[in-house]
Amino acid sequence: MSERTATIASRVGLHARPAAIFAEAVGALPIEVTIALEGDPADDAMDASSILSLMSLGAANGQVVVLRAEGDGADEALEGLVKILETDLDAE
Amino acid sequence: MQSFTGVGVSPGRIVGSVRQMPKAVSEPPAGEQLASSTTAEDAAVTLRAAAKAVQAELKQRSVSATGAGKSVLEATALMAADPMLIKGAVKLINTGTSAERAIWESAASVAEMLHNLGGYMAERATDVLDVRSRIVAELRGVPAPGIPASDEPFILVADDLAPADTATLNPAVVLALVTSGGGPQSHTAIIARALGLPAVVAAVGVEAIADGTQVYVDGAAGSISVDPDADQLEAATAWAANAATLAVFSGEGVMADGHLVPLLANVGGAADAVKAAAAGAQGVGLLRTEFCFLDRDEEPTLDEQVTAYRGVFDAFPGKKVVVRTLDAGADKPLPFLTDASEPNPALGVRGYRTDFTSPGVLKRQLAAVATAAEGTEADVWVMAPMISTAEEAADFARMCGEAGLKNPGVMVEVPSAALTAETILGEVNFASLGTNDLTQYAMAADRQLGPLAALNTPWQPAVLRLIQLTVAGSVAEGNNKPVGVCGEAAADPALAVVLVGLGVNTLSMTARALAAVAAVLAKVTVEEAQRLAGIALAAPSALEARARVRAELPILDELGL
Repeated sequence: MSERTATIASRVGLHARPAAIFAEAVGALPIEVTIALEGDPADDAMDASSILSLMSLGAANGQVVVLRAEGDGADEALEGLVKILETDLDAE
Repeated sequence: MQSFTGVGVSPGRIVGSVRQMPKAVSEPPAGEQLASSTTAEDAAVTLRAAAKAVQAELKQRSVSATGAGKSVLEATALMAADPMLIKGAVKLINTGTSAERAIWESAASVAEMLHNLGGYMAERATDVLDVRSRIVAELRGVPAPGIPASDEPFILVADDLAPADTATLNPAVVLALVTSGGGPQSHTAIIARALGLPAVVAAVGVEAIADGTQVYVDGAAGSISVDPDADQLEAATAWAANAATLAVFSGEGVMADGHLVPLLANVGGAADAVKAAAAGAQGVGLLRTEFCFLDRDEEPTLDEQVTAYRGVFDAFPGKKVVVRTLDAGADKPLPFLTDASEPNPALGVRGYRTDFTSPGVLKRQLAAVATAAEGTEADVWVMAPMISTAEEAADFARMCGEAGLKNPGVMVEVPSAALTAETILGEVNFASLGTNDLTQYAMAADRQLGPLAALNTPWQPAVLRLIQLTVAGSVAEGNNKPVGVCGEAAADPALAVVLVGLGVNTLSMTARALAAVAAVLAKVTVEEAQRLAGIALAAPSALEARARVRAELPILDELGL
């Protein structure tokens, strides 16, 4: 199990356009990735490729989330996803 | 030749072929089971394929969309095949539920979850329900709900359009709008006027016109004719030629006798303001400030507001810009200001009244307007919506004074304000008639209801009487305080003549209507306008008032207005 934390950089938080970009990136990966707010139990983690899950997570700007994945290439994949979350996608 | 009559809400004469907007998708019956010939695995595969097809269709449409519409489509496309939505449905399918019913229920629970999160998320619940309808339509093999996607231009026929349809309405393809429901103040009418599309609403029976039928639509007369004759084809050609001249406004509203009627624009943001200035508007008669508050979970900051307002002021150096303070409530709810559970929102806490329940928001908005006005050359006036009493007018004037704003005014849209205009104008510097709401309140008829369309027109003699009383109140007050109109009424060239005849000083409208209103006013003297106003006031009905005034203005028919 690989695990990474990321701080949400988008000003509107992780919904609307930033959530769409992130969910699409996760969906393109061959592995399953979960997302949870930092401090929440791993059992409550949600499917990171679901824009609806991301929206219900409601991660705001500055909040820390935990990404988890298993399998080949999980580390590299999470590294890339952290970069997306830590970019202000709203500004682009 | 078959024909239909409705209410003309946006002028234009056009010939084209009909496309019906598909009906809303009906709910699959509760408890609907999988057909005995289908396994749960097959049903899940079919559902996934339908979801993917809907996703592909939405994605493809997002490519050609622009602005806000594009990001809405992109996000909705992702929702269509969302794992949370589909997994929820597959779970139900595995218990024996049909695919249609399974996706219906799964989407309902997702929508409820979003709704409970409130604010922005709650608004996205509508997108989930839209996606659900599309998937069910795909499963049933019927056309997707919403405006048909087409490369061929067509005349759109629908029950009524919702605000959400604006995002997908492409004015390059849609030639005209015809609805069987809706009224003159419905969203269909507002969308049509903003886009400059000919439109007829409340035309009973049009839902029976088959797709592909050639029809002639006259958006001024309110008529639709199947299989147009030679005269109608010629009228459409003449309109196309006229439309070019009617699109150009000289930049000064002047009547046949030289009397000046400043023609201003209604705008909802800086981009709108720049367009209105380019169209020759002599100022802004109504700046709707909601644009900077909508789609927000919380109040915008002072800096955000200042930037937003300044963008509008900068488009009109040396010209008047009338700012209407936040008008939330009723059909424009805001999570941090209005209570969505009111039993009667149109008669509830809306407009100026939100200051009773959420004090501070208005004060900060006035401070932002004052700051934005500093250092610009615009002549900034401020008015409050939904004022009912002189006491409220006095309170608003005091708040404006404290913010350093020198020109406070009120909207007259509650009948009580028209009836007490003299005392109200004793407290403020000007009045602006919001004819849409004034009509709805005078006639006790909801703006959005098709069956009440006949009541809901500013041609109602009772509404004209309230306008006359407001002008009389200003005269009695004795300081020549201006009375303008900033409702949809000002955009109707015939009604504009009547309004001037009633003594209204300025007219503010969607920028697209400026040239047409100016063209008609230029042919009429003030004396004639007063005579026509008298005819309208004395008419026994709205229909008669309109017909009698139009009969005296042959220029309207010449121009196809």
